[in-house]
Amino acid sequence: MPSDLPLPVLPALTHGPSEFDATKARKQSTMVLRRFFRHRLAVAGLAVFVLIVAFGFLGPLLWTVAVDDTSSRAYVPPSPAHPLGTSQTGNDMLAQLIRGTRLSVQIALVVAVGSTVVGVVLGALAGYLRGFVDGVISRFTDLMLIIPQIAVAAILVRALDGSWYMVAFILAAFGWMQVARITRGETLALAQRDFIEAARAAGAGTRWIIFRHLVPNMIGSITVNATLAVATAVLSETALSFIGLGVQSPDTSLGLIISENYSQITLRPWLFWGPFVVIVLLSLAVNFIGDGLRDAFDPRQTKVRA
Amino acid sequence: MLRYTVRRLLISAPILLVGSLLAFFMVAAAGNPAAEMRGRPGVTETQVKALESSMGLDQPIIVRYWNWLIDFLGGDWGQSIALGQAKVDVFDSTMRALWITARLVVGAEVLAIVLGVAVGVLAAVKQYSIFDHLATSSAFLMFSMPVFCVAVILKSYGIQFNNVLESLGMDRWLSTVSPATGGFQGDFGEQVFKYTGTYLLPTLTLALVSFAAYSRFQRASMLETLHSDYVRTARAKGISQRRVIFRHAFRNAMIPVATLFSLNSASLLSGAIVTEFVFGWRGMGHLLVQSVRSFDPYMLMGWLMVTATLVVLFNLAADVLYGILDPRIRLA
Repeated sequence: MPSDLPLPVLPALTHGPSEFDATKARKQSTMVLRRFFRHRLAVAGLAVFVLIVAFGFLGPLLWTVAVDDTSSRAYVPPSPAHPLGTSQTGNDMLAQLIRGTRLSVQIALVVAVGSTVVGVVLGALAGYLRGFVDGVISRFTDLMLIIPQIAVAAILVRALDGSWYMVAFILAAFGWMQVARITRGETLALAQRDFIEAARAAGAGTRWIIFRHLVPNMIGSITVNATLAVATAVLSETALSFIGLGVQSPDTSLGLIISENYSQITLRPWLFWGPFVVIVLLSLAVNFIGDGLRDAFDPRQTKVRA
Repeated sequence: MLRYTVRRLLISAPILLVGSLLAFFMVAAAGNPAAEMRGRPGVTETQVKALESSMGLDQPIIVRYWNWLIDFLGGDWGQSIALGQAKVDVFDSTMRALWITARLVVGAEVLAIVLGVAVGVLAAVKQYSIFDHLATSSAFLMFSMPVFCVAVILKSYGIQFNNVLESLGMDRWLSTVSPATGGFQGDFGEQVFKYTGTYLLPTLTLALVSFAAYSRFQRASMLETLHSDYVRTARAKGISQRRVIFRHAFRNAMIPVATLFSLNSASLLSGAIVTEFVFGWRGMGHLLVQSVRSFDPYMLMGWLMVTATLVVLFNLAADVLYGILDPRIRLA
């Protein structure tokens, strides 16, 4: 380029406020939260979920009747002393419901977190490393998918014990396959992108790339799937406890309460409808939260304007 | 298509084999009837040992697996060794249970697909209408309902309905306890009466839950096709609304539903388990609960192998169906 030509005139770099400074950079989390809170059903779901969690965890502070107090008569109808009546063994149903809610929520959350972590790690490893590792993990996933979770869980709960953490552990150990498949698919696509190659060229190891590059880029689908996993876990755990192969008495869960009392549905409907309402609300709320999160993370398919 | 099916079946065989090994180890580790005896009062260790050797439980686990596998492949699935019960043949009891469950599940699934697809299409065609909102909210509600709650509620309404019938001087119609073994007797009308009474509530329970998933899926997929370019082209050419919906959109919108059909098979099974539990059917659910309670290893293995094979077949069926419905997908 000839050097005697005049240099193009560049706008002077001004110091001080410009129009760009007025708009602050928005983090992804801020935008997601903002969109989430515009989703009315999702916010309602969140409110209900918080209420149910508060009911289960803070309930014992307000309602101090002991769960295992069987001093009352059997099947007392609802009264100020027992707002939800008593069970066949004379336990206060409100105290049982609080305890059952707490355990069901606790199990569902542990299962959701546990299965998500296992699924994401295995899926990302398979999708990123490909080849032999992918083959082993994918075949293992196929293998786990062919055996029904409820059967394996029933066998293992019976063999080990029906404490809440054992039920949660077993359900998580046999519930990560869907997440692993989704994560693997997304990782396969992401791993082709330039920023991953750049990270690898810069000498980043597998662990660094998975946890610092891949996972943050998949956080949307991971969160949504984890939320929906809570709903699934609530239904699996209650079903398992309902057929008597989940949480065992003297401890209790929403499914076990229904199992013990459903024969009374016509005679003493409150024994059934109490836990029923909590399960349905819990699972509805979590599904709505999941829907809201999906719309918030992926505005392209949103029904709510962001 | 045939080559693909055969190859998929060949790939499934080793998965099932490894699955059987893991399942056998899990079942054996879980416990056995002889070990159950150990805790009971008045039972000596020699008695337990004798029981173990009579059941073949004293051999190393690999040997036991090998023996079981050879017998299993040869068609001898072993015998139930549950305590305090007559020794029954595993193959016979599993197949009997499977037959009972199949009649329940197939009816429910057909009902659910037909209803779900119809409601989904209608909701998509009349998007944001009252019908759509109603369908959406009821599907959401059914989604969040545990199957056992639906079963319990339907059962209680069934009992009340029967009481009403009885007070009107008629026979009780809906059966809410375990169905009579053997076929239905009587003339044709009587048979229909008994048949529908026996199947209505459990089938409805299972169908309602699957229906929610199918209608949502069908609605979403129908909306997508209705907004696609080729449907707009068809409309622009002046093809009637009815023809556009059924000939152009509907056929393609069915494709994703085929995937749901396979994904649903496992949840359908667990749904059947709790439904049977509530209605007292002696199908696969009953068999599982019984065998788990009594640590009956061969029965459990039979159960697991049957269900695992079914899941494999369902997945294969869905993939093949996918290829038939969507000519763009070449199964190779």
